[in-house]
Amino acid sequence: MLKGVNLDFTTGKITTIVGTSGCGKTVLLKHLNALLLPDRGEVLVENVDITKLGQKELYKMRGRFGVLFQAAALLDSMTISDNIAFPLREKTQMSESQIRKKVEERLDQVGLENMGYKYPAELSGGMKKRAGLARALIMDPEIVLFDEPTTGLDPVLATGIHQLIARTQEAFGFTGVVVSHTIPQVFEISDYIAILANGVIEEAKPTKEFQASQNPVVQQFIKGTIEGPIQVL
Amino acid sequence: MLSLLTHIGRFTLRQLSEMGRMFLFLLSAFTLAFRPPAKIRLIIHHIKTIGVDSLSVVLLSGFFTGMVMGFQGYYSLRKFNAESWLGSAAALGLLRELGPVLSAFMVTGRTGSAMAAELGTMRATEQIDALYSMAINPIKYLVSPRIIASLIAMPLLTAIFDVVGIYGAYLVGVGLLGVSSGSYFSGMENSVVFNDVYSGYMKSLSFGLIITWVCCYKGFHAPPRATGVSQATTESVVLSFVLILVWDYFLTSVML
Repeated sequence: MLKGVNLDFTTGKITTIVGTSGCGKTVLLKHLNALLLPDRGEVLVENVDITKLGQKELYKMRGRFGVLFQAAALLDSMTISDNIAFPLREKTQMSESQIRKKVEERLDQVGLENMGYKYPAELSGGMKKRAGLARALIMDPEIVLFDEPTTGLDPVLATGIHQLIARTQEAFGFTGVVVSHTIPQVFEISDYIAILANGVIEEAKPTKEFQASQNPVVQQFIKGTIEGPIQVL
Repeated sequence: MLSLLTHIGRFTLRQLSEMGRMFLFLLSAFTLAFRPPAKIRLIIHHIKTIGVDSLSVVLLSGFFTGMVMGFQGYYSLRKFNAESWLGSAAALGLLRELGPVLSAFMVTGRTGSAMAAELGTMRATEQIDALYSMAINPIKYLVSPRIIASLIAMPLLTAIFDVVGIYGAYLVGVGLLGVSSGSYFSGMENSVVFNDVYSGYMKSLSFGLIITWVCCYKGFHAPPRATGVSQATTESVVLSFVLILVWDYFLTSVML
């Protein structure tokens, strides 16, 4: 699926990877925290190749990441509060009252105050994404991965989620990697855009330069035309 | 001819590879089960789902199995004028064989399939990936507590099955067919030795491990789609049944 991806991510900025459905964006994202391992090549986090780490070091490295999955991937046997508290209970020595306080703060920040008692099955898609975001941020990660955070949401809610990502990035200062195909909304929150097509990164530039690019792959994707170097049908 | 050989070779390699993965999964889950911190709350929760929630089906099946044993045992022993040995026959059959095997089958059908389905659904909805991403070992969190819980619950369920089965055989033999109550229990007392109870206990322990291992493995590695979950559930039950019977044979040959 990926035939040779070379891509850098700038610390403290949001990089969005765009591309057509099924081109391998989620596969690429899962390589970034070694959920998938490449057949060849390296994944460097501060010059450390995470694909070569032993299990202990790998788990330690993953603690620096937060991930928002496409369908939020909330543990459906737990309430929202318990889902968000889960990493704190498992990985820290915080007291229960400290954990509850932090969870309440995060719920407020994502607009889910007083919803902590609900189970994932009782929430709408947008609420699940917000709960997933709260869980992804609960450990104050340095790097946050967003897998299609607005897919399946209506345009109003999608804008709300994008703004939430931008606000939390500004507040927490994490390095964000967003995988999306909902353009042009995602351009508003991105510092850099990279386009994945035909298994390679065809272009990776700051957002304004990307939008002005004359690369035919970029032009075809932005305009949404069938004819062009990206083969879809 | 060559393509047939290729096909057989590929199939064999696939099966060997799958067996290797299963054993590595078991090794990982078993070693993590005894590494701190212990997930006491999770273990108690799983003892409830594996043990307490299976109680009604074990009681029912134990009781009716015992009653059938009462009838069949009486019919067979009458040919040798040995009806008074019904208690001994029922107790030995239940303690050594039927108790561990049938209660394992009940737990497989009820709880094992549920485990496979639950873990398969978690795989399909990326919940297992989420655990990895949160730097939490999903085998330690999802599988190891279930293994410990089954090692505690299965022998207890088997013991309940045995007791209820012996009582069922008593009801039929003594209550219906006229076997003397005294000879029923004295026959049992004279025939049953510690080794009979011990072999049943060892079988139930190992069957509990097999059920959890196979069902958790199949669920954990289910293809991430709806048909994958149903496939994992079916395969886990079938494979558990087969392994229980095969392992029963080996244990019986060793312990007799």
